[in-house]
Amino acid sequence: MAQSMASDRPDAAPAVSSGGLGKAVGNRLVIIVPYLWLFVFFLVPFLIVFKISLSTTAIAMPPYVPVFGLEDGLSGLIASLGELTLDNYLWLTDDALYFNAYISSITIAAVSTLITLAVGFPIAYGMARAPTSLRPTLLMLVILPFWTSFLIRVYAWIGILKPEGLLNQFLIWTGAIDSPLLILNTNTAIYIGIVYSYLPFMVLPLYSALEKMDYSLVEAAQDLGCPPASAFWKITFPLALPGVVAGSMLVFIPAMGEFVIPDLLGGSQTLMIGKTLWNEFFNNRDWPVSSAVAVILLLLLVVPIMLFQQAQARSLEKGR
Amino acid sequence: MKSLGSIRRSFAPWADPAAKPYISFENITKRFGDFTAVNNLSLDIYEREFFALLGASGCGKSTLLRMLAGFEEPTSGRILLDGQDLRGIPPYRRPVNMMFQSYALFPHMSVEQNIAFGLKQDGMPKAQIAERVAEMLKLVKLEQFARRKPHQLSGGQRQRVALARSVAKRPKVLLLDEPLGALDKKLREETQFELMDLQQNLGLTFVVVTHDQEEAMTMADRIAILDKGEVMQVATPAEIYEAPASRFVAGFVGTVNLLEGRVMSRDGATLRIKGASGAEILVENAPDSVSSGEVAFAIRPEKIKVSPRQPAEGTPNVMAGEIFDLAYLGDMTVYHVRLADGQVVKASALNSARVSEDQLTWNDRAFVSFAPDAGVVLTR
Repeated sequence: MAQSMASDRPDAAPAVSSGGLGKAVGNRLVIIVPYLWLFVFFLVPFLIVFKISLSTTAIAMPPYVPVFGLEDGLSGLIASLGELTLDNYLWLTDDALYFNAYISSITIAAVSTLITLAVGFPIAYGMARAPTSLRPTLLMLVILPFWTSFLIRVYAWIGILKPEGLLNQFLIWTGAIDSPLLILNTNTAIYIGIVYSYLPFMVLPLYSALEKMDYSLVEAAQDLGCPPASAFWKITFPLALPGVVAGSMLVFIPAMGEFVIPDLLGGSQTLMIGKTLWNEFFNNRDWPVSSAVAVILLLLLVVPIMLFQQAQARSLEKGR
Repeated sequence: MKSLGSIRRSFAPWADPAAKPYISFENITKRFGDFTAVNNLSLDIYEREFFALLGASGCGKSTLLRMLAGFEEPTSGRILLDGQDLRGIPPYRRPVNMMFQSYALFPHMSVEQNIAFGLKQDGMPKAQIAERVAEMLKLVKLEQFARRKPHQLSGGQRQRVALARSVAKRPKVLLLDEPLGALDKKLREETQFELMDLQQNLGLTFVVVTHDQEEAMTMADRIAILDKGEVMQVATPAEIYEAPASRFVAGFVGTVNLLEGRVMSRDGATLRIKGASGAEILVENAPDSVSSGEVAFAIRPEKIKVSPRQPAEGTPNVMAGEIFDLAYLGDMTVYHVRLADGQVVKASALNSARVSEDQLTWNDRAFVSFAPDAGVVLTR
């Protein structure tokens, strides 16, 4: 399927050269490229996953039936369509494990997002208010961790958080504690890992929103009798809201499906949907159920985003 | 010299020794690192005055305004407002409001909400806020735009919202930072008069910062000319124009001819100056302090007469030259006359007749002349 779509492009290309019409086609072609990308690398794989989620497990290669194919002709294809079932989705509602994993993932992602926001906002604000000459350096420092592999950075946290790790050694040395704190293999470690890993994704959109803001607005609020703290909530925060929303989405969405951080830093009892997915797929070799888990996860993430975007578009229209 | 007081109205508390200043800058110095923005400046502003701080960019005028609003603290010196020392009082507790150069309208609030913002901070009852907002909207003629957001307004409308918002709280003093800077010329002229009316009707004290001399001349009761953080002169527009205190002020406001020379003799109030070109300048009403030394005679172009014919023998202050350049502006003609020593004198003549018999053109021989009281003698 991907192959046939890709071959559309050379067909359309010659139209570009033929005058005004060619220009219109050319414009459309430019738009087609990202759509094609999304179609080939997002929609098609999603449809495949969706189809698998409607299949049944089998000890076979691939480990599910029916497998679509044209070797039995069109009637065979239609017959195999009849074998699709919603059983896997019903199974998800049967076992509380999945429900708990979703809830736990949402909770962990939401709490991490709030912590990241609380940590990221002062950083972004400080950067936006720093002298212009200093800003590129600060921006660089925010991006710097990406120079090292994500996996290695998460592993490094094990060395810091483990009972005989750097943090505990330091705290015992300062006399703050007598016996090591148990942080590794708890939810606290997951929060630390997520907040650390996703902080740049929060800081960057916040910075870009705050940097655009005219600081004289805050001065104007103060001039009109608004103390600084109140001016922050009435002026700065509402104007940074687009950055807050963008940053929160950039943190919440990947944190929700996070697998590496709970696997490395969280305990065995940690329930997150990413880990459940992994277990179903690799340990149980139950592709249909894990596909159903993935589809539900996607819906959980996409539906609120769509609702949000609709609300935003409506408020924009009202504003004009 | 005849009186050069306020032309607009008989309002001149600064001339009354018994009047108490409303705002006093006392020996204010403000440094930013190595840069001295304001240097040991003292200035008094009176209640209900429309006061302009005029100067080129970087002269310290905005810093002065921001210190009054509380956004900057003076490095030394103190500011008194109505007898109260403002040191340490944060901007949100000062009884002054500021209209920002960028207007600083809150983009996420409607016109109404912008105007109500300061009133809400004061905890004014809702009904009263609504009443005041309606009154302000009427004042700036924006009743139909109450629910619009700032980005849906034109530049002129935004300026009026900013104005309404800053006067809504009835501050003791309204500070205006380049209030008309962002408007086009025509709108600026209209708004100047509206601002003056508003100030009269509300009876507020206005302190306006501007780099536009015309704006300052039109609106202000008094103007302070600033340069490099120091006050050059504080006076009414007429005094600033007709009796500048220094070469800098004379050159800064309007066009001026500075004829450098040396005092030859003094007889009562009459001064004889030997100009650099050798010509003798007779000056009446010279200030008492000048009796010798190097001076400059400053004279405005419109006070110089240009004629193709030599004035009668014995007429004082006549110099011969040739027309070096001229510009016909419709209502007036500007002549640049090159004198014998090479100095170019600017003169302007009102074209009161449609056809003049004294047509002068490039390279014509011409005589410039002026009355003995048409200019001022400057020592600084």
